[in-house]
Order: sequence, then structure tokens, then C-alpha cells
Amino acid sequence: MPNNKKMYDKGKVVAGLCIFVVLITFPFWFNLGKAAPAPEPKLSDKAKAAKECVMPKATMKTEHMQILNEWRDTVVRDAKRIYTNPSGKKFNMSLSNTCLDCHVEKAEFCDKCHNYASVTPYCWECHIDPKEAK
Amino acid sequence: MNISYMYSLIAVIILFLLAYVGVKFPGGEVFFGIIIPYLALIIFILGFINRVIDWARSPVPFRIPTTCGQQKSLPWIKSANIDNPSTTGGVVVRMILEVVFFRSLFRNTKCELKESDKISYEWEKWLWLFSLTFHWAFFTVLFRHLRLFTEPVPACVQLVAKLDGFLQIGLPGLMLSGVALLAAVTFLFLRRILIPQVKYISLGSDYFPLFLIFGIAFTGILMRYFTKVDIVGVKEFTMSLVTLNPHVIKGIGGVFYVHLFFVSVLLVYFPFSKLMHLGGIFMSPTRNMVNNSRAKRHVNPWNYPVKIHTYDAYEDEFREKMIEIGLPVEKMIAPETPEEPEEKE
Repeated sequence: MPNNKKMYDKGKVVAGLCIFVVLITFPFWFNLGKAAPAPEPKLSDKAKAAKECVMPKATMKTEHMQILNEWRDTVVRDAKRIYTNPSGKKFNMSLSNTCLDCHVEKAEFCDKCHNYASVTPYCWECHIDPKEAK
Repeated sequence: MNISYMYSLIAVIILFLLAYVGVKFPGGEVFFGIIIPYLALIIFILGFINRVIDWARSPVPFRIPTTCGQQKSLPWIKSANIDNPSTTGGVVVRMILEVVFFRSLFRNTKCELKESDKISYEWEKWLWLFSLTFHWAFFTVLFRHLRLFTEPVPACVQLVAKLDGFLQIGLPGLMLSGVALLAAVTFLFLRRILIPQVKYISLGSDYFPLFLIFGIAFTGILMRYFTKVDIVGVKEFTMSLVTLNPHVIKGIGGVFYVHLFFVSVLLVYFPFSKLMHLGGIFMSPTRNMVNNSRAKRHVNPWNYPVKIHTYDAYEDEFREKMIEIGLPVEKMIAPETPEEPEEKE
């Protein structure tokens, strides 16, 4: 019937559509009234003074996990501990001693972005944050 | 070469270039990042509702469930309560198994002529396996994306991400769902071009969503593992969208906008295409009906009152004339012929 406006099983269909709309719009009502500003990782004075990390900031932001991964492999497999960055500066390849030396507070630096992006790196299953350990 | 998939492939490539180049123009980021996604979501929701209501207006006058087992009849005959449901509970279980495990596709067989003239039906589970992989992987990927749309991120989303990446291969950790999605889409595409019968019935509307989903998965994987996107910036942007306070974040990169544009195109395309099987599965009369037409009377909903003239009334009207010309009648006019009723046997 082309012009039939009657809906069959109206109750069930409308209930189903309501569930659909609620599920689809979940992010909108879940975050209602909440502001979620991007985190600002806190740089320690030492880090500020150093100006540049192992690599430029943009590279560090997106590639630091791969750099750390390479460091780990180089140290563990090849027993090489010295890393030379493109501008010739030498670093001791160590998460606890080099990275955390500048970025003193894990909670204020690493965790801020990781929590925001819901990333749980397994670094800390072996390494310790000297501050948290105390 | 086949125009059906060539056109679809060209369409997806054009969409890629459109977003990749378009975003570099002034205002391109606002257009592809904010206007298009919002519009797409609105069209998706309204289109979806419209389509479902349209279906709900179609009467289904008869019980037409596909039955795959013994109907409920006498109490001492064992009936298939799920495959031939006679109760709403049976239908619910049947629907859940259908939606979650694609049970009817599991029965898929392959029909072939063997030794040139013998017909044979073979066990064929690959389509079921890859369809199930495809849908579950797509759902997992979609669910994981909630981490970009919620703050704080719910624990269940974190748990799924953890399970998805439990192999801990490489950094950023490899997500199994992404690999499974790409592999399954590739299978579904190859199936369409390698099996002659399937190729014959495949249209542009079959290839286009495959290419589009392939493009979505491909750009996503590209961003996560290879070109590397600033994920905090991306989340800042997506959160601005869902808190209805949209603003462009600089330096997210062209691939991200291609990804977002592909998803927007998929959302717009969705209600007008075969992808509507998402809603359609719940509206399928062959799946969602109780097979109880022998126990309960179902009246055709478009029945209008029909003027009827029963035989009894007809005979009442013409009895005398019928007797006059010797036609047999059910009821004789009482006094005249007492022996007639016996003859009517």
C-alpha cells in the first residue's frame, strides 16, 4: 500500500530507533557540560634550559615511542649505550637516567598525554620512576 | 577490467584527492573537519530513521519466517524452538544468534557441477568466517575509537584496547582488529572478483563500500604506524567536535582529514545503500517473526470489508426456482419432500 502511513509494530520500532540514536550520540551526551582541554605536559626547569630534547619537539611528540623502542633493542641486544642524534649530540640510552633526568616528574609529563590519549605503555612494568618508588 | 569496480575505485581515489588537496585551501580544514562531519552525522541519523520507518510502514500480512527445523505441533514431536520459533523468546534467541554470529550464513553451501553433470553441494565456511571477522573487527575498531571521543576514557574502552593489542608487537603496539579488518576486506573483495558467479552479480554498489572501508582502514593504519599523527592534537580536535565547541587544530596533517572525510562519506552513503542491513537485519520478517500461524489467526492488515454472498443466502434467495428446474438444494422447503435430506450425503 503506497500511501499507507500506518507503522506496524510501532512500539518496537520506535524503541529500537531510540536505542540506536542514544548509542550513536553516546559521545555527545557522555561529554555533556564537560570541557576537555588538551593536557599541557609540564616541563621541568632543566628541560626548559636544555631547549631541545633528543630530537626536535614535533618528532619527539609523534616518534618518541619508536626511539625508545630502538634504544631498548640497541642496549639490550647490542650492549651499545651511546646514542648520537643528527646534530652530533651524544646521549646515554636510558629511560630512567636520561629521559627522567630532564623530565623529572612522570606524573606531570608522561602520564598527562598518555592518560588523555588512553595509552598504557608497558615501560613501567620493568622500569621504575625513582620518585614513585620512594 | 570491470567497470563496476573500476568506477568504484576511481570514486574512492577522487574522494581521497578531494580531501587531501582540499584541506590545503583556505577554509579547507573547517570544511572537511567540521562542516562535513557534522552534516554527515545528521544525514546518517535522519536517513537511518527515515529508512527504518519506511520499512515499518510496509505490511507483512503473512508469517514468513524461514524455518530450519521442526515446527511446534503435537507435544510428543520434538520441535526446534530456535530454528522454528513458536514463541517470542525463541525469536529473541534466534535474532541474537543471527546478529552476533551470522548463524544463517554458517549454513552457506557451494553448488557445483561435478564430472560435468553431477550436482554437488559443498561445505563452504570461508564467507561466514571472513564476514564475521570483518564485522567484529570493524566493531572493535569503532569501539576503540571512543578513546578519542570521551574524557575520561571509560574502563571498558581501555580494556578492549588492551586485549586488542595484547601481542605487544612494536610501538605503537599493533592492534589485531586493524589487521583483521584489512585482511577480511581484502578477502571480501577478492571473492567478488575471483569467483565468476559472484563477479557476475557484483555491482558498483558492492565494490564502493569495500573500497571505502579499505580506504578508512588503510588511512587509519597509515596514521598510527607509519606517517604518525599527533594523537593529542587529534583528540583535542575530536573532543571539540563532540562537546559542540568545534575548532581546528593546526598541524594534524592531510591523511587525518582524508580518514575523516572517508568516514563522513561512509556515514552519508550508509542510509541509502546496502549498508542499511545494520537496521534491516532487525526488520527482516523472515527472521523476526514467530512461526505460529497454525496456533493463531493472523488477519491480513490491508483486508478491506468485502461484500459477500454466502451459499446459504444464495439458496434462500433462489430455492424455489432451483427446485423448480430440478437443481439439488441443501434445505428443502419443509413439508413437500421429507426424503430429500438423505440424498444429500
